Amino acid sequence: MPGMFIDVEVDASVAADAELVGKLVEVCPVSIFARSEGGGLEIVEENLDECTLCDLCIQAAPEGVRVIKLYEQG
Amino acid sequence: MRFYEYESKELFARHGLPLGKRGIATSRDEARARAREIGAPVVLKSQVLSGGRMKAGAVKFADTPDEAAALFDEIMPIVVNGQTARSVLVEEKSPISQEYYVAVTWDGRRKLPVLVFSDMGGIDIEQVAEKYPDHMSQTHVSTILPFTPRLAKEAIGATGVSGSALNRLTPIVSTLVEIFLAYDLTLAEINPLVRLENGRFAVLDGHIDMEAEAREKHTALLEDLGIEPEETRQARPPSEFEIAGARVDAADHRGVAGNVVEFDGDLGLVIGAGGGSLTLFDAVLKQGGRPANYCEIGGNPSVKKTCELTKLVLGKPGVEKIAVMMNVVSNTRVDIVARGVIKGCVESGRDPASTIAIFRIPGSWEEEGFKILERHRVEYCDRSVSMYEAAGRAVAKTRAQT
Ligand code: SF4
Repeated sequence: MPGMFIDVEVDASVAADAELVGKLVEVCPVSIFARSEGGGLEIVEENLDECTLCDLCIQAAPEGVRVIKLYEQG
Repeated sequence: MRFYEYESKELFARHGLPLGKRGIATSRDEARARAREIGAPVVLKSQVLSGGRMKAGAVKFADTPDEAAALFDEIMPIVVNGQTARSVLVEEKSPISQEYYVAVTWDGRRKLPVLVFSDMGGIDIEQVAEKYPDHMSQTHVSTILPFTPRLAKEAIGATGVSGSALNRLTPIVSTLVEIFLAYDLTLAEINPLVRLENGRFAVLDGHIDMEAEAREKHTALLEDLGIEPEETRQARPPSEFEIAGARVDAADHRGVAGNVVEFDGDLGLVIGAGGGSLTLFDAVLKQGGRPANYCEIGGNPSVKKTCELTKLVLGKPGVEKIAVMMNVVSNTRVDIVARGVIKGCVESGRDPASTIAIFRIPGSWEEEGFKILERHRVEYCDRSVSMYEAAGRAVAKTRAQT
């Protein structure tokens, strides 16, 4: 189930970069990122609403990750 | 955490308080054997974690061992305030010449233990306080400085007790205070403490409540007394609702969303913040509301945990609205709680705007929280609205719906 309050978008280039994927998995305090079986990136939908808005994922991959507050969308 | 009478007495005995001959019986044969060992008329008392035993007929007197065995069979099935007996305490029955009351408990206002003594024991101490205030003394006890026998003597003497009774009571009262402090108790009560016709003093009935958080500090004692770690020892068995609340809290280590107590009202409460939950509960009552539950949230519970608690509260029959209220929070995020309760409403098939009567949690990340609440059209307020006023708004909405 997608998040009710938060969505996270990751560019394909980041999702394909094993090192960045590893960083995202490591920094997120609420396990929103996981490594998929094929070694790529998986978004753990059930954890999306737990996002603490800490921005650590954005610091890890400034160009390729966006945290969207759905309650601010029009 | 409440002790059975026989456990309280065991602890008293370890500290040298005077007790009659006694033993526990879990069968009629054991009741007969205990009465025979005591070798005198006995009193049989149902072991339940509740008062009102005498009124329920769960305290009886026997002159012979055979009578004790027969009375055991009568007492065991008696349900006292919803509680069935664990066993029966068989105790020496002695003729009494005077009854006293002594207890140590917490004075929440002074934030200190208070020693309460009366020379009118055996009856409700509230009645004594109201009708015979000269027969009751209250003495605050330091948790830092040692409690001296002189303080005990003053507390007893203030009720007019003097002479040998004063001298004999002093060490008993002092010891009770020491027990209270040593074991992190919230109540240590002897009622009645009696002077027997033969001049001896004895503890006839006693109650002990230990601070639940202190259990780990006193594991050796609890093990000795046979109190199992999973025994909650509340005054009544937990309801299904309360068991489910404990499960919600245990399922996720993040923050607290527990200590759920069921009440029979119609306003669901998701409340917390240290003593704030008690204050808010009282505020709802004072505003004329009928809480469906008490609970404590804090320590930044996860969205999932708050959501599950909200679903539990909304699942109670008759609960149409919830009030989400805390004091000003610093270690709980307002936006996270807002997400949790809104999600709980939606997952329960309810509209958050009409289900959340009021959201009053000011503190960290409140601006983010208020954005979420606005988006879902939930009525909220900041710290400029008192907890009492917020409770009043919630109660008014609950009334309007009926
Ligand atoms: S902002 Fe923080 S919590 Fe949210 S997805 Fe990024 S790392 Fe995870």
